[in-house]
Amino acid sequence: MTFTSIEDLVERSSVVVCCGSGGVGKTTTAAVLALGAAARGRKAVVVTIDPAKRLADALGLAGLTNTPARINGDWPGELWAMMLDTEATFDALVSRHAGSPEQSEKILSNRFYRNIAGAMSGTQEYMASEKLYELAVEHDFDLIVVDTPPTRNALDFLEAPNRLARFLDHRLYRMVTAPTRGLVKAVNVAAQGFFRSVGKVVGGDVIADAIAFFAAFDGMEEGFKHRAQAVEKLLRAPETAFILIASPHADTVGEASYFAKRLKEMGIEVSGLIVNRVHPDPGGPTLPAAAAARAETLRGSAIGAQFEALARLRQVALGEMEHVAEITSQIGSAPVRMVPYLPFEVHDLETLQAFADALITPE
Amino acid sequence: MDPAHFLTSPRVTIVAGKGGVGKTTISLALGLAATRLGLTALLIEIEEGSAVGTLFGVRHLAHEPIVLRAADRSIGQGELTARELMADNSLVEYLHDHGLKRISSRLASSGALDMVATATPGIKDVLILGKVKQLERSAKADVIIVDAPAAGHAITFLSSAVGLVNAVQVGPIETQAREVMELLGDPDRCQVLLVTLPEETPVNEVIETAFQLEDRVGVRLAPIVVNGCYPDSEGLDEDPKVAAAQAGVTLRKGEAEALGRAAAFVGERSRLQAAQLERLDHDLPLPQLRLPFCFTSELGLDDLDTLADALIEQIRLLPEDVV
Repeated sequence: MTFTSIEDLVERSSVVVCCGSGGVGKTTTAAVLALGAAARGRKAVVVTIDPAKRLADALGLAGLTNTPARINGDWPGELWAMMLDTEATFDALVSRHAGSPEQSEKILSNRFYRNIAGAMSGTQEYMASEKLYELAVEHDFDLIVVDTPPTRNALDFLEAPNRLARFLDHRLYRMVTAPTRGLVKAVNVAAQGFFRSVGKVVGGDVIADAIAFFAAFDGMEEGFKHRAQAVEKLLRAPETAFILIASPHADTVGEASYFAKRLKEMGIEVSGLIVNRVHPDPGGPTLPAAAAARAETLRGSAIGAQFEALARLRQVALGEMEHVAEITSQIGSAPVRMVPYLPFEVHDLETLQAFADALITPE
Repeated sequence: MDPAHFLTSPRVTIVAGKGGVGKTTISLALGLAATRLGLTALLIEIEEGSAVGTLFGVRHLAHEPIVLRAADRSIGQGELTARELMADNSLVEYLHDHGLKRISSRLASSGALDMVATATPGIKDVLILGKVKQLERSAKADVIIVDAPAAGHAITFLSSAVGLVNAVQVGPIETQAREVMELLGDPDRCQVLLVTLPEETPVNEVIETAFQLEDRVGVRLAPIVVNGCYPDSEGLDEDPKVAAAQAGVTLRKGEAEALGRAAAFVGERSRLQAAQLERLDHDLPLPQLRLPFCFTSELGLDDLDTLADALIEQIRLLPEDVV
């Protein structure tokens, strides 16, 4: 689906996935988009991942909550917010697919599983997409806005649902589980030799835990695979919008461009670009070099300091515009919104609203 | 304080900070500062696909060191090299060096590291830090700079050895983890340098990270680098027309308004910054190395050299007996 503006996007999309590198204001922007939808009478929820403490406070997320909580405020729609609890989401997923409470318990208490749930790379991305799916099918939100983890490879989010499925398809997994299915016993012997070797390096307990995990997991992989496919379908639905969030510097613009290119390769269109923390161009007839020259000759005076400020600020602002133009040229006709450098940070609903006013035109 | 002393003892400086604060830039500036003092520096990147070499015409880093800036003894300039340490290579190399060649080739060929890494969280980090320790021991570089993962991950990264020692009680990996703990805990061998910006959220996060690192890793903390500080300038509050008249300057049409907008923005940023710097100073008892904001949207080599010089200057201003 294509959108004509960011306002149009918060009015019509049903899922918005916010992508971008760390430190570009992604989480705050996600919250503001949900607020924009609520201001337009929609029921919106924002799923945040590791928000800065003061933003969490602003959203009333002081305690870790893995279910959406409603934020009361002066808007016609509803604004809900939640903070992703990766481990709790994973535990719920295991319980859902387990054949019996015993199987579920066996897995949840396994040390190897706890490592996967808590620390395996990609787990957070996987659980973010899982949570998104859960919210989409089990609740009646008009719009779900999801923040993504600040990974260097932001596409992990898209690939995450298939990651565990792949992990379970690992050759080693089949080595361990093959004998229980009555296949060639020689494979198991080979696997044992292998695990003995690995055990020498990292310790035998670790390997025993891994084997116990895979054995307990037996029979659940199909359920996981189906779920992964359903999540992927949702992510590729026409009402799902992917927006890029960037700051106007050469490096983050570079990452955003790369991301736009990869999305295109996967057949997904970028639905919008939001550039935060843009330095305002003070404008006027004086170009940076001329202003710098005047600052030099007038050094020591107040007007000299002002020419220096003008030279520097224009220099940054004009450079930023070039970088933004570069990425804009790669995302087709998707709407672009520039948010100026704001002289405050979001720490309550009032400042969140002020950020929203800078990003989305009120109705 | 003598900048060469600051950079060489301890030999290893781990640079950490939240995403977007300029951690990689500062790592590079530290490396360049070392070369300007005639020292040999090695920069270690641990996230794949680092673009750190781009400005030096190096597209991709590799496991083996690549020269970013060559030594030039005629002007007293040392050499800067950079390398990318990945867990897979480090593991294979480690096992190889410890008479476990057969396992190392099996691990590599079966792609089993993923599973081993899941079974033992922290193993990848310990392998990388273990390699850093080996490089430190070999003493080939006077200065070793490690560009650590972003803030939250930095704590995980640096506390990986503690966790691993508890989880794995025998074998070569346990030995490796112990040796990494020794390195991190020894203030004469290693320090962590935190980078932040003079803004509210980065200041909050650096304070939190500093206390957590002290509690959980017990590592020596270097002075905090505050990146992107606006310069102090007076006279920004004055009306441009009045200020121009005072200096006997005529302004073009529209110039007074533009000057007013620029001065207001820069003045406002400076005031916000001053408040944050004061708060950082109050809440975190560590000296600060303040580096100037580079008024550009794309850092060039000259900006990096400016930052390197500023670092040297700021270190010189530190008292001799600092931490």
